Amino acid sequence: MSANLLAIFYLISGILFILALRGLSSPETSRQGNFFGIIGMAIAIIVTFIAVGNFSIGFLYILFFLLIGGSLGAFIAFKIPMTAMPELVAGFHSLVGLAAVFVAISAFLNPEVFSLGSVGNIKIASLIEMSLGASIGAITFTGSIIAFLKLRGIMSGNPITFTGQHYLNLLLGLSVVVLIFYLCKMQSDNLFWLIIIISFLLGILLIIPIGGADMPVVISMLNSYSGWAAAGIGFTLENTALIITGALVGSSGAILSYIMCKGMNRSFFNVILGGFGGTDQSSSVKNKEQKPVKNGNADDAAFLMKNASSVIIVPGYGMAVAQAQHALREMVDSLKKNGVKVSYAIHPVAGRMPGHMNVLLAEANVPYDEVFELEEINNDFSNCDVAYVIGANDVTNPIAKTDPQSPIYGMPILDVEKSKSVLFVKRSLSPGYAGIDNDLFYRENTLMLFADAKKMTEDITKNL
Amino acid sequence: MEIDPFIFRLSIFILSIFIGYYVVWSVTPSLHTPLMSVTNAISSVIIVGAIIASLAGNSETIFNVANIFGFLAILLAAVNIFGGFLVTQRMLAMYKKKKKDK
Repeated sequence: MSANLLAIFYLISGILFILALRGLSSPETSRQGNFFGIIGMAIAIIVTFIAVGNFSIGFLYILFFLLIGGSLGAFIAFKIPMTAMPELVAGFHSLVGLAAVFVAISAFLNPEVFSLGSVGNIKIASLIEMSLGASIGAITFTGSIIAFLKLRGIMSGNPITFTGQHYLNLLLGLSVVVLIFYLCKMQSDNLFWLIIIISFLLGILLIIPIGGADMPVVISMLNSYSGWAAAGIGFTLENTALIITGALVGSSGAILSYIMCKGMNRSFFNVILGGFGGTDQSSSVKNKEQKPVKNGNADDAAFLMKNASSVIIVPGYGMAVAQAQHALREMVDSLKKNGVKVSYAIHPVAGRMPGHMNVLLAEANVPYDEVFELEEINNDFSNCDVAYVIGANDVTNPIAKTDPQSPIYGMPILDVEKSKSVLFVKRSLSPGYAGIDNDLFYRENTLMLFADAKKMTEDITKNL
Repeated sequence: MEIDPFIFRLSIFILSIFIGYYVVWSVTPSLHTPLMSVTNAISSVIIVGAIIASLAGNSETIFNVANIFGFLAILLAAVNIFGGFLVTQRMLAMYKKKKKDK
């Protein structure tokens, strides 16, 4: 196959990938989009085989590895519970990162195959591209591993900070740049390994100071990195499909990070520098004791909701932890039988990754046209009888609108307090991620339901 | 004067960033999780680099270091390709509209 024809096939793959993302503009077209993506991938892989044209023993090994990896991937894809989606995505990012590192290494060790020059005499441009690709890939790899461990709960979600952390990261980042410069001059193997090792370290250090609830930003950011790493390798290998894909994925992740940061009214740097939330609870614990709280049970909640004409459900990360989405949908079904109008309100940063709540509700068979984003539904709270807050906290805190001293001041929140009554399912009065007390707990119209989210929801259903 | 092919690739790259920007903004927020898993799957097109790397040389050199890294990259990328597309498919299959009969 001629190089030109090959390039055209890679271009077609790239276009199919664009269509795959385009399909996600609505759930109806999304399945078709995913199909385009699969075709694009198949084309890219098949034409590469044909172009190399080497069907020797190596080809069999490749098929073998494809089969092993593919079955493993398929197995994971079918077995993974939907609540574990954030850690799955983080885990997958780490694989892309590591694959980029490996491809860069083999291009460095055997540059002739990719016509990049010869060992010890690789083209400068290619060296820069491959070491950038390897470095970003390495950061993506270790960073995603840390994100995975935090999301999985193997590692504490609390930020890990120490003095001089940011200077250390800056120093490591600069040293990678300097090493790349010397790599171009000296073409030394050791420098290349050193770049990768420092980048591995940098990936870990970048993610450990970031707390659990900032994970939506982190995952999106790593998504973006994996794209830039792929693009770097794409430039090295002069491969259009990789360049297009890398650019798409890179900008996709960047946009998602931006949306997530905006959802918290925090700058990207504020999130990345980390150390937010966590242990700073001492002040709020003290003043909370004096304030009275209205305490309710499943009976009261069922009574309130049965007699309501409209109910808005506000799910959050707690719903995912308690696996309460199915119980919730059953409760809503009974409510609908009683003639209550029910809708769902999703805050952009609810959960641990973008769109986390939507997937869980979809899993529980909630039709997607009953689920609304913050801007779409926020005005409806003032006309609604009951807001049922299940597993959300900071995103409902009215203090974000009133207290400029508060760490979440200015964050867009769901105007839950405007509804006639609020049912707040929570295990205790402990503050949320931001480490601040939620003013909503002490409002006149709030009824606290202290229980596990799933159990409480089931009890309410029984009482309906 | 001839234009360096690098400039063409750079043009493709930059234009693709713009395409990505507009396409991703039009993705509905409820599909942001499938968006992440599908971008994950497509970024594994890096497998083409791994295939070229691991097919280099003849059967005697098949297990030199460069090839082995290629094989490992294929393994990782394959997990991602199959896992990524299938999990996306599984998620998208769950998104349903309200039943008409209500």
